[in-house]
Amino acid sequence: MSTTTLDTSAQTIDRFVSAFQVNHGQALNGTNASVAKRREAAIQRFQELGVPTRKQEAWKYTDIASVLDRPYTLPLGPEEADVSAADLDPYLIDDLDAHVLVLVNGRPDLSLSQLDAMPEDVTVGSLKDAGDHPAFEAHYGEYADAEDEVLTALNTAFVQDGAFIHVPEDVELEQPILLLHVNAAQDDLLMQPRHLFVVEADAKARVIGRQLSLTGARTFTNTVTEMFVGERGYLDHYVIQEEDDNASQVLSRFGYHEGDSVLSTDTFTFSGEVVRNNMTLTPDGPNCETNLYGLVIGHGSMHVDNNTLVDHVHADCVSNELYKHVLNDQSTAVFNGKVFVHRDSQRIDAYQSNDSLVLNNDAQIYTKPELEIYADDVKCSHGTTTGQLDEEAVYAMRTRGIDEATARALLTLAFAGEVLEQVTLDAISERVELAVAGKLPERFNLTGLVETASALNA
Amino acid sequence: MALLEVENLHVSVEDEDIEILKGVDLTINEGEVHAIMGPNGSGKSTLAAVLAGREEYVVTEGSIRYKGEDLLELEVEERAEEGVFLAFQYPVELPGVSMTNFLREAVNSVREARGEEELGAADFLKLVRERAKLVDLDPDLVKRSVNQGFSGGEKKRNEIFQLAMLEPTLAVLDETDSGLDIDALRTVSDGVNKLRSDERAFLLITHYQRLLDYIEPDYVHVMVNGRIAESGDKDLAIRLEEEGYERFQREPAAA
Repeated sequence: MSTTTLDTSAQTIDRFVSAFQVNHGQALNGTNASVAKRREAAIQRFQELGVPTRKQEAWKYTDIASVLDRPYTLPLGPEEADVSAADLDPYLIDDLDAHVLVLVNGRPDLSLSQLDAMPEDVTVGSLKDAGDHPAFEAHYGEYADAEDEVLTALNTAFVQDGAFIHVPEDVELEQPILLLHVNAAQDDLLMQPRHLFVVEADAKARVIGRQLSLTGARTFTNTVTEMFVGERGYLDHYVIQEEDDNASQVLSRFGYHEGDSVLSTDTFTFSGEVVRNNMTLTPDGPNCETNLYGLVIGHGSMHVDNNTLVDHVHADCVSNELYKHVLNDQSTAVFNGKVFVHRDSQRIDAYQSNDSLVLNNDAQIYTKPELEIYADDVKCSHGTTTGQLDEEAVYAMRTRGIDEATARALLTLAFAGEVLEQVTLDAISERVELAVAGKLPERFNLTGLVETASALNA
Repeated sequence: MALLEVENLHVSVEDEDIEILKGVDLTINEGEVHAIMGPNGSGKSTLAAVLAGREEYVVTEGSIRYKGEDLLELEVEERAEEGVFLAFQYPVELPGVSMTNFLREAVNSVREARGEEELGAADFLKLVRERAKLVDLDPDLVKRSVNQGFSGGEKKRNEIFQLAMLEPTLAVLDETDSGLDIDALRTVSDGVNKLRSDERAFLLITHYQRLLDYIEPDYVHVMVNGRIAESGDKDLAIRLEEEGYERFQREPAAA
C-alpha cells in the first residue's frame, strides 16, 4: 500500500502540492499523456485558487478550509480493504434488482460487485481500466470545471480511480446500477474518487449512488462526477448520502446533456458531518428536460450545503428544481440555487423551489435562489418557504388518538413526500422513506407504517 | 354514573381576558343523543373544543367528568383513546398524509388503549370498506391525502367515517350539518343513526332544527351567552325554529 500522510506542519495548499510532487506518476493512467497534462494543469490551478474561505460568496456558509486542514492520510494506490460481501449485505437495497458496483474507499472492487447480468455492450467498472475506451477519451475532463472550482482541480490533480459507466447508443438498461460507496478506512482518510457516466444517444440508464461508512474513521471525500447524456438519452441519477457523522465530503457533479434528452438528479442527504454538493447541469440542445430534486434531513450538528447551477445555454428547454430541508437539533442547511439563462436561450421554462421545515430553534437554514436571465421570452419562477409544522394539523391528528410525536413525524414525512414522489424506483422511494422516518426525532419508529402503506398501496 | 358531567364550566381564551363559557352544566348518559342549539357566538363550538382538549382555552372554574374521571387531566390523544371524538366544523386538510397512514395509526392507537390487538392490513382494509359504505364515501378517497381535494360534503362525510372507524363512546359533532346539501345531510344523518347504540352518546351542535329531523335527539339544549338557557326534548328545537333566539337574548338566562 502506498500512502502519504499529509504534513500538517505545512500550509494546506503546500501539503497537497508536495504530496502531488512526491507521487507524481501514481495517479490514474499515469502513462496517459492527456490525463497527465490535465493533472499538471489542475495542481497549478489548485495552487493559484487556494483553499476556499468564507469570504468567497460560494463558500460563505460552509467552512471547508477547516475540514481540509485535518491530518488525513492520502492513499495513492489500492489498499487491502478489509471488507467482505457479508459486510455489505445489509446495505444492498431490498427489492432492488440492480447491477451492483462496490467502491471501497473510492475505488471499485470488482470481487465484491455483482455485474454478471450486465448486457455485454454496457461497461460498468473501474475508471482506471477505461483509459482506452473511446468514451473516456471523448468525455473525461470535458465537463468538470478544474479551471475555476478548486476542489475539482484538486480531484483532477490526484485522480486515481472511480466508477466508469458507458451505455452505448440505443441501449435501454432495464435494471438500475447501484454504486455502493463504502468508507472502510482504519485511519483518517482523504479520498478523491472520480466517476464518469456516459449515456449515449437513445440510451437509458438509472444510477443510484449510496454512500456509507463501515468504520468510524474520520474521512473526507472529494468526489467529482461527470455525466454525459446524448440526444434523446435518459439518465436518472440518485445519490443517497448516509455516511457517518464524522465523514465529510464535497461532491461535485457536472452533467452535460444534448437535445431531447432527460437528465435527472435526486440527492438525499441523511447523515454526514459537513456535506457540500456542487451541481452544474448544462442542457445543450433543444427540448432538454433537466431535473434536480433534493431532500435533506438534518440532525445533530450536520451541515449540508447544496449549491446548484442549471446553465441554460440552449433555447427550448425545461428545468425543474425542488429541494426540501427538514432540520432538527443544531443542524444547518444551505441552499444556493442558480438558474442561468443565456441571451439566446429563448423559450426556457425554469422552475425552482426550496422549502424548509425548521423543527428546532437551534437549526438554521440559509437559502439563496438566484435567477440570472438574459433572454426575454422565458418562464422562470422560484419560491422559498421556511416554516414549522402546522399546529392545527398536529391537533387534528391528536384528536384521533395519534400521539403528538407520531403526528409530527407523519406530517414531516408528508412534507418530504413531494420529493419522494419524484422517485421512479419503488425500492428506492421506500428505502428513502424508511430513512426519513428513521431520522425523525423522538419516536423514530415509523418503519411499520411505511411498510404497511406500501403493502396497502400495492 | 353519567358518561359526561359538565359542572359550572367557565372557560376563557388563553392570553385574553374574555370569558366564553360562563357556567355550563350538562349531563349526558350512555346512549343518549343531545343537541345544543344557539346563536352565533354563544359558546357552542367552544364547549366542543374544550371537550376535545384544545389548548388555547383555559378552564377557570368548574369541572368535566367523563366516565367518572377528570377529563381535563387528559391529553388530547388520551381523550380520543378513552372514546371522546370530535367531528370538526372545519375539517383540517393534511397534505401528503395519506388517509391510509392516518387511519391505521388512529385506529390502532385507540384499539391499543382499549386492550385490543392491532388490525392487520387485510382486516383494516375490510373495516375501511365497510365503514366507508356507512356514509357513502368513495373508498378510493382512502388512497388520497386526508381531506386534500375533498369537496365540502366529502370532508364532512369523512369526519363521520372517522367516527365510524374509531367507535367512540362520546361523539361530539360540531356543526356537521353546515355546508351540506339536503342529500348529503341525509347521508350523514343516516350514517350517524346507524352508529347510534346503547353505549354511544352523541352531542350534536347545530344552528338548524333541520338536522334534528333526521337525527332525533333525546334532549335539546339552548346555549346563549355561554350558558345553557333552557333544556327540553325535541319539541324545543321546533319551537326555536319558529321563535328564534330573541327571547333568550332579551332576558338573560337565569341559569
